[in-house]
Amino acid sequence: MASGAFAESGADLELVGIQKRFPGFTAIEHLDLTIPAGSFFALLGPSGCGKTTTLRLVAGLEDPTEGKILIGGKDVTNLKPYQRQVNTVFQSYALFPHMTVLENVAFGLRRRRIDDAVGKAHEALRLVELDHLSARKPQQLSGGQQQRVALARAIVNRPALLLLDEPLGALDLKLRRQMQLELKSIQEEVGLTFVHVTHDQEEAMTMADTVAVMNKGEIEQLGAPEELYELPRTAFVANFLGQSNLFTGHVSGSTSSSISVDVEGTKITVPTKRAQRHKGEVTVGVRPEKLHLHKDAPKKSPDINTLGPGRIIDVSFSGVSTQYMIAIPGIGTVSVFQQNMTFGPLAGEGAEVWVSWNVDHGFGLEDEPSPTPRFPADTDTATIAVQKKRALMSELEEA
Amino acid sequence: MAFSAFATGTAQEQAPRRKSKIALLLLLPGILYLMLFFLVPLVSLVITSFQAPVPYGDIGEFQTAFKWQNYVDVVNTYGEHILRSFGYAILATIFALLFSYPLAYFIGVKARRWPLLQNLMLVLVIAPFFISFLLRTLAWKSILSDESFVISGLKALSLMAPDAHFTGTAAAVVFGLTYNFIPFMTLPLYSNLQQLDTRLLEAGSDLYSTPSKTFFKVTVPLSMTGIVSGVLLTFIPAAGDYINASRDFLGGTGTAMIGNVIESNFLVTLNYPVAAALSIILMAVILVMVTVYVKRSGTEDLL
Repeated sequence: MASGAFAESGADLELVGIQKRFPGFTAIEHLDLTIPAGSFFALLGPSGCGKTTTLRLVAGLEDPTEGKILIGGKDVTNLKPYQRQVNTVFQSYALFPHMTVLENVAFGLRRRRIDDAVGKAHEALRLVELDHLSARKPQQLSGGQQQRVALARAIVNRPALLLLDEPLGALDLKLRRQMQLELKSIQEEVGLTFVHVTHDQEEAMTMADTVAVMNKGEIEQLGAPEELYELPRTAFVANFLGQSNLFTGHVSGSTSSSISVDVEGTKITVPTKRAQRHKGEVTVGVRPEKLHLHKDAPKKSPDINTLGPGRIIDVSFSGVSTQYMIAIPGIGTVSVFQQNMTFGPLAGEGAEVWVSWNVDHGFGLEDEPSPTPRFPADTDTATIAVQKKRALMSELEEA
Repeated sequence: MAFSAFATGTAQEQAPRRKSKIALLLLLPGILYLMLFFLVPLVSLVITSFQAPVPYGDIGEFQTAFKWQNYVDVVNTYGEHILRSFGYAILATIFALLFSYPLAYFIGVKARRWPLLQNLMLVLVIAPFFISFLLRTLAWKSILSDESFVISGLKALSLMAPDAHFTGTAAAVVFGLTYNFIPFMTLPLYSNLQQLDTRLLEAGSDLYSTPSKTFFKVTVPLSMTGIVSGVLLTFIPAAGDYINASRDFLGGTGTAMIGNVIESNFLVTLNYPVAAALSIILMAVILVMVTVYVKRSGTEDLL
């Protein structure tokens, strides 16, 4: 057991061929992942995608069915949680209700017999600006304060690796934003390796250096936030990380720098280096804020993709921007974000409009176009519940 | 950093403090019950304990007096029984706790994934209640008697001396007390441990705490209210018990507890003041011990 000493600095984490099966389902199919020391890494995905399971595997709270876990190059797969230089900020905080805030924070230090546990606990509480409440019980604190105690209780141990399991989930939006910035600055201050699990894409993008998007027990794409956003490789990433307009068609032609896709008679051009596949049926896309709205047919140009005419079917105002939903015959519904540079919408519902975007802003996806690529993945709990209910109703009607 | 800006004060809502005649009316039966069946007998018991024998009167004839020497006599005569009672009760409580805690932990925590097993085990804990306390104790008497299979088996294996007995010994009385009060210990422990948040145990383990440290630093403190109520429910009745220690059941001549002495004074020798004084002493000692215990275990909220 690691006792009496702190980790020198953050350590890198390596997951090799991890698989985790629970009775009845497989949470993680096959996972290979390396997280460099000192980085802020986010695991992003919808509920049930295996991200929390991954975290619990690293913490040692679950055992992998197969594969190895290495922390700082050392195999920890068979070590118990209390033997690992890893601490977790739990989603539920899991503060000990029978101890004061100070005792909670000093708990890990005392178990490792580190000198001056109380002094170091006070120091950690000062870092999260809660030292004045050190004598209180956790129940006497607000949700945000409890969250900060949980954070102090974990970082006071100077773990090689700090795991954060949706720690901001229970906070309201304003506090959440505040805490995101605080966490980021604390990470920079203490220089530990942070692994943050979240289903909030905005949170992952603001905080992390590297984001891994997980879906159905596998990593779909991994990279810097800007890279993931500007160049998603799969339809899942394109839709989970922000919104996307996706079009499926056959590659009709290509030049040295771009490919053209024929979508129901309309030609959409995408730069070759931004497309993952260059022949056959492909799905291409563009972010809604990259689109321009025109009331008159724009001039054709090889650098501009143009769609239209279509009709505006919905206009929704959201402060900084307005979202227009435009139904274009043969292509489907296209979503456009326009900055609110002027007062009032550019065009009302029912107006005939064209949309255009710079060819350079498009991207081509890697996955095989599915018959309905524009529907969201129906793996979230609510959809499953609805499906189950429908199945049950029809069963009852038959009986 | 501007954390302090987010400090929020929660205004606790006050319960309405309206005097209601209906509430008083609803309380009335309870108050009357307590008056009639607790306060009146208690006062009469105190009065009896100071009574003196009628001069030249019959056996069992006493008159009102203030004979506080009754208490001195009682302590001198029966001091040994009083000590023995509390000794047995403390031992039985400790054994019951050691037996019940793992049982309650298994039912309340480990068996959570199998509700059927959980219910089955709870039924097994409660099932003995369906049979009379006396019958169960008598059954143990015959199971542990000299001719029984258990004792003759132990003797055959030379684990017991050939002329030794088990019934009639202090060990048998403590065994009987432990057995009879195990459900009273297990149920409060179960109902407490059943609410134990196992995520806290994971947090302990995550914070470098070995399983045994986590048990003593997290599980035990969190189940303290269950432990205290189980101990009270076992210790109080066990200290006054007169069935297990009786010669007709598991006890012998040398195992009489304070309950047996009270019984024989009230019903056999008709020495009411002595019996009453013993009862008052029993009550007072239990009250003092329980108060000290509850204060020390930090669960004053229970009282």
